[in-house]
Amino acid sequence: MTTSSPTTTPKLSCKHVWKLYGKGADQHLRNVDVAGQGPDEAKALAQRIREGDGIVASTDVSFDVMPGEIFVIMGLSGSGKSTIVRCLSRLVEPTAGEILLDGEDLLKASSKELIDIRRHKMGMVFQSFGLMPHLNVLENVAFPLKLQGLDDKERLERAERVISLVGLEGREASFPSQLSGGQQQRVGIARSLAVEPEVWFLDEPFSALDPLIRRQMQDEFLRLQQELHKSIVFITHDFLEALRIADRMAIMKDGAVVQIGRPVDLILNPVDDYVREFTNDVPWELILTAGDVASDNSPPAGIKEVPASTNVADLLPYLASHDSGVAVRRDDNALVHMTSQNVIAALASGVSDASAVKD
Amino acid sequence: MDAALNRSLVVWLAVTVLVAVCVVFAKSLGPLVTYPDALVLPVTDPMNTAMRWFVVTFGWFFKGISWLLDWPILLAKTVLHAVPWAAWFVLWVFLALRAGGKGLAIFTAASLLYMVTFGFWTQSMNSFALVVVSIPMAVALGFALGTWGFMSERAYRIIMPILDLMQTVPAFAYLLPILLLFGFGTTVGLVASILFAFPPMVRNTIVGLRGVPDEVIESGLMSGATPSQLFWRVRVPTAQRQILLGVNQTTMASLSMVIIASIIGGTNDIGWEVLSTMRKAQFGESLLAGIVIALMAMVLDRITWGFAVQSNSTKRGASGWITCAVLFGAAWLLALVFSPLKDWPEAWVLNPAPAMNAGLEWVFVEFRTLLEAIKRAALFYLMLPIKIGLAQAVSPFTWGFAMTPAVTVGYALIVAAVAGYMIFKRRVLPALWVILFALVLYSGLTGLAWVALCAIIIALAWQAGGTNLALWALAGVAFLLLTGIWEPSVISLYLCGVGVLLSFLFGSAIGIWASENDTVSRMVRPVIDTLQTMPLFVILIPFVMVFKIGEFTALLAIIVYAIVPAIRYTEHGLRNLPHDVIEAATAIGTTPRQLLWQVKLPLAVPSIMLGLNQTIMFGISMLVITALVGTDDLGQQIYIGLGDGDFGVGMTAGIGMAIIAMIADRITQGFSQQIQARLGVKLDNAV
Repeated sequence: MTTSSPTTTPKLSCKHVWKLYGKGADQHLRNVDVAGQGPDEAKALAQRIREGDGIVASTDVSFDVMPGEIFVIMGLSGSGKSTIVRCLSRLVEPTAGEILLDGEDLLKASSKELIDIRRHKMGMVFQSFGLMPHLNVLENVAFPLKLQGLDDKERLERAERVISLVGLEGREASFPSQLSGGQQQRVGIARSLAVEPEVWFLDEPFSALDPLIRRQMQDEFLRLQQELHKSIVFITHDFLEALRIADRMAIMKDGAVVQIGRPVDLILNPVDDYVREFTNDVPWELILTAGDVASDNSPPAGIKEVPASTNVADLLPYLASHDSGVAVRRDDNALVHMTSQNVIAALASGVSDASAVKD
Repeated sequence: MDAALNRSLVVWLAVTVLVAVCVVFAKSLGPLVTYPDALVLPVTDPMNTAMRWFVVTFGWFFKGISWLLDWPILLAKTVLHAVPWAAWFVLWVFLALRAGGKGLAIFTAASLLYMVTFGFWTQSMNSFALVVVSIPMAVALGFALGTWGFMSERAYRIIMPILDLMQTVPAFAYLLPILLLFGFGTTVGLVASILFAFPPMVRNTIVGLRGVPDEVIESGLMSGATPSQLFWRVRVPTAQRQILLGVNQTTMASLSMVIIASIIGGTNDIGWEVLSTMRKAQFGESLLAGIVIALMAMVLDRITWGFAVQSNSTKRGASGWITCAVLFGAAWLLALVFSPLKDWPEAWVLNPAPAMNAGLEWVFVEFRTLLEAIKRAALFYLMLPIKIGLAQAVSPFTWGFAMTPAVTVGYALIVAAVAGYMIFKRRVLPALWVILFALVLYSGLTGLAWVALCAIIIALAWQAGGTNLALWALAGVAFLLLTGIWEPSVISLYLCGVGVLLSFLFGSAIGIWASENDTVSRMVRPVIDTLQTMPLFVILIPFVMVFKIGEFTALLAIIVYAIVPAIRYTEHGLRNLPHDVIEAATAIGTTPRQLLWQVKLPLAVPSIMLGLNQTIMFGISMLVITALVGTDDLGQQIYIGLGDGDFGVGMTAGIGMAIIAMIADRITQGFSQQIQARLGVKLDNAV
């Protein structure tokens, strides 16, 4: 997993984005300085609007997506994650806030500029695929290029290239109705990649698929990203899926972001019970590494040394029989101490009320 | 709930008392029983005056349009006749092959050969020329309006009620104003057919465009589609199937109107062939020509349907078309050498009509007593009691006894006993309905005081749709009374009522049977499909052949046509119930009979109610056509208006018919929705 260094500028930036629906939706935020108010003020405002029969789909949502990063937005249905990804591409017009793409405010783009941006910089994959039923695989993939008016030769070449990228060679002449769900989503992925976008939105792309296929598609998605290095916003309601693929992730609830961080940050330091609810079910031993749980103390001499990326699960048998623990070689080459006590402490952080025995 | 029930009880009790008073004191209530002529507004004359003024003032405009429209018709006729039938034969068989495979190709070939060898080719092409010209116009008009209604919510709210109205006004009623405006000629058929055929296109266009999934639109937008690209390359192609189904319905409506329009005569087309021979009682000839219409309808339906359902996911190359073009040319060339391929010689025309007429005559002579018995039984024991009431219909001559005071008291006692038992069982409202029914049956629909009948209709509307619908019903019956068409309206109500009742009884019985038995379903399906595509007045022919003109023939035609939706919706409703409910009931251990009566039927009621609604609509549209066989209802008034060019008479009757249709529609829809709400389901109308 890559951590983004603070010096790079974000590819895509979502700043204090609000989306309201219902009667008089534009009125509520007319005299509000959305960028200036703090998170608590924002929360109170959203509450007031809801009480006044307004519908708040997004409350003061802010996050950055770094170049080449997979940013996952995770939330249950109704949490506003689909609204926010549609705000990012202006399929839904935000009520207030800023969307910066390469530092330019997308919300100020004219409809002509917007079409141009969508044609060249953005790609999107949809939960139920959104394929054109009247076009075959090749025509579906080439559809965005056709809208741009590219000539036949270049269009088909580029379409063929992405089709082979997603492993659909030989199915070019099939129609969507003749394909399985997994294959249809490959077409959706190929179509979104055909324009060689810089920013790639995926809205629950694998939710409609069987668990086995889903797993396989996640692997392929990660393989593709290693090749392509897109800046990605990935929406999911599946926490485990988020953990598998996210560089960083945001958890959303009731239209607001609850917590943003690396998956391991969320597991070790959940900000509230809502986040903890998700982390409870996580097979933690698969996520945590020796580097994540080790203490900052230097180890006593003469004990066994392991790299920081070692899975905690693999160390359990050894720790069970060695009270002195292991020495962990961190990425910055420092050597730190880790004992079974550290593992227990890490686990305890994921338990909300661990008071079976009081001190 | 209880308050609502109490209010219903009060309303129905009041209605029952009112009706009872009207029946018992019928002789002394004079103007409350027979609507006084003095209170009829003289609307027809002003309407005629206004229409005359309109025609004089703007006639030039419509005459101009008429002149313009004559050209495409002339062109279509010229082309259709200039090309030899053999070449058209090649083209149609090829189209059928493309649309529906080998079976449809063979059927199409046989149909075309029938038209040629029985000598109906020229008339068929004259009719078809109108259809060919009207379809593109109706489709274009419908698509444009549908798109507008899709784009603008306000347009939608204007268009939909107009379509509702246009589709309830009987086809006949269209002809009269068009005839007056455009003058005699083929254009009347064309204009009527465009006006009659575009509404389904509008509906399907709107439904199709609305049904495009959001994600498809979004994926189009994310592909960078401009607004016009989004419409033409994303929305329209995705809605293509539904839009093409609209084309299919438009085609069928167009053909059916072209046939109906031939009633104004003066054209050498296939509809006129049927009508003129029917009037001369040449039933053999009439049937032979009627078969041509039926075949045309079926071929056009299956071909357009075939193209609609296969529109996505199969594309074939152009090579087939080249073969077709070559064969087309070859057939044409061959026809130049061998002339029967162009003009089928008179001497070769098959004409079994005289033999058929002779056969029919033989049937009449042989089975006279049986046919008479059937007709009389239906008339005396079913139709007359409902029409003129038991009080008049029961006589020693028919029933074997007279309606003496003693018998009347006995009748009253039986009714009272049944109602009393129901009240004892705490089913007070149904008990009131039984009493009402008994009262109406006693005096008959035509014998019932207008006040009583109005009260029943308005109370029904109130029960189905609340005060709002009751007010609409009030306005509707007021129109029927004030314009002086109450009496023919009641006859319409009676004919349609009896027809619908029987269609619904038989139809739902067949539907239940078909839902339980796949063999029955497979046998019934093609029959009802065929009946539904059949232009209305073809259905009349066999009945008028056997039972001659009269209300009984009209009734049979109504039943045969209106039974279609009753069967279809019942079977559909019973076959498409939630699986888990059926499985749960089966797991509890229901017998098949219990499953049907206690689980499936109650759950299928909303669908069956929609079937009843459609049965009524089908019944009414057939009812108007049966004016041809001599009924004396509103349909006949429309027909008379058309014959005399009397706009006022024809139009008030047409509107009256539409009012009856709309009130019946809203009442049944209202009840259906109440039941749907109770069961927590939502049905769409399409089956």
